[in-house]
Amino acid sequence: MDYLSIIFDQVYKILFLLIPVLVSVAMIVWLDRRVWAFVQKRQGPNVVGPFGLLQSLADALKYIFKEMIIPSSSNKVIFILAPIVTMTLALIAWAVIPFGATQVLADINVGILYLFAVSSLGVYGIIMGGWASNSKYPFLGAIRSAAQMVSYEVSIGVIIINVLLCVGSLNLNDIVIAQKNLWFVIPLFPMFVIFFISALAETNRPPFDLPEAEAELVAGYQTEYSGMMYAMFWLGEYANILLMCAMGAVLFLGGWLSPLEIYPFTLVPGAIWLILKILLLFFLFALVKAIVPRYRYDQLMRLGWKVFLPFSLIWVVLTASFLFYFNLLPTN
Amino acid sequence: MNISRFFKTIFMTDFVGGLYMALKEFFKPKKTINYPFEKGKISPRFRGEHALRRYPNGEERCIACKLCEAVCPAQAITIESAQRVDGSRKTTRYDIDMMKCIYCGLCEESCPVDAIVQGPNFEFSTETREELYYTKEKLLDNGDRWENILDANIKADNIHR
Repeated sequence: MDYLSIIFDQVYKILFLLIPVLVSVAMIVWLDRRVWAFVQKRQGPNVVGPFGLLQSLADALKYIFKEMIIPSSSNKVIFILAPIVTMTLALIAWAVIPFGATQVLADINVGILYLFAVSSLGVYGIIMGGWASNSKYPFLGAIRSAAQMVSYEVSIGVIIINVLLCVGSLNLNDIVIAQKNLWFVIPLFPMFVIFFISALAETNRPPFDLPEAEAELVAGYQTEYSGMMYAMFWLGEYANILLMCAMGAVLFLGGWLSPLEIYPFTLVPGAIWLILKILLLFFLFALVKAIVPRYRYDQLMRLGWKVFLPFSLIWVVLTASFLFYFNLLPTN
Repeated sequence: MNISRFFKTIFMTDFVGGLYMALKEFFKPKKTINYPFEKGKISPRFRGEHALRRYPNGEERCIACKLCEAVCPAQAITIESAQRVDGSRKTTRYDIDMMKCIYCGLCEESCPVDAIVQGPNFEFSTETREELYYTKEKLLDNGDRWENILDANIKADNIHR
């Protein structure tokens, strides 16, 4: 009975986290399309529900009722597994995101490493999908995506080292609390910019959407997918984008801290501040999608390896020497 | 790489400018309309669905001169005529194959009595091909339904002809 209540308690907590995340993923798709349309002076989806808010639900309903086509020459097990992997990995990472001082599902000591590891694993869903389809465009898309995500993960890792140097802990809540006086976006602004651009590449967003470049590769690794499996890829992708925004908010924008520690701001719960920061970052994601053309493949690789990696490495040295010289290194 | 280009790259001035531009456009009024709920303005010369008009006393205008049939570049119009009891020549058959029609407006231009016209209606999609073979009844029915607008359009456009 004791075990049962513990399990029940955990499931309850997980559902309390997952359902809002899934709902907000659906809303974020709507927001993305809407912002994109507004920049181009279009209306965007505005028919289903108030302001078209229920558009994603209508789309999901459509996908559920569509036939799932599995190509006869595909590797069926991996083909079906790929969207599940993508979706699951995008969702389990949310376990360590702190929504408040105590409002975190798993307050583990290596939170940032866990986050980094899970987001690195995300590439497997894409490679599996592209390979198992047994078709040329998905395969090319998967190869591109693997190379791209690995390249930009390196610079994200180095950027995280910058933050860790200032915090002295891998726990996400410690990282947030360390920004109590000054958000890291101010001292580490160049790193924030590089993190933002790397996050775009990591989540296959424009201008780095080469894996699904519709002009060249039809839809990249998603070409052979249909129905609910396609929708799961799609959900996983947006959950990943949201996760990257949350990561940026926690690392640089002070997570659940309110911008000013004065009376009216402190009334608002920390979770709301975090959500607002995530939304701000996502708004930037959506704006960038509307204004930039797609990178060429060699430009993408050049940017990742020859610009971002050396720059962030130099910045690590600078941060470390600055902290050491002024005796600001965290002591714990 | 010269100095100004270097600083442009480092501070991403072009990108920030683009972002600012996007943000400015974001708040501007939209150029598109909610189509099924609101419709754009249509010129009096708009060449939409065909209609056969009548005189105010209810007599068909068409005199079966077959000019429209002759001029139609897509050969979408088929006319058969016969003499009526009162001696006037009238059509017994006036078919337009709306799938052949290219909406060029030549039938309307050629008609000496303003009988065949193209109205403002552009929403006449059907679920089967057969429904798009318009017969004389269908065309006359269209004419009766749209007569007010058709008449106003012809009057409005008259000074340019």
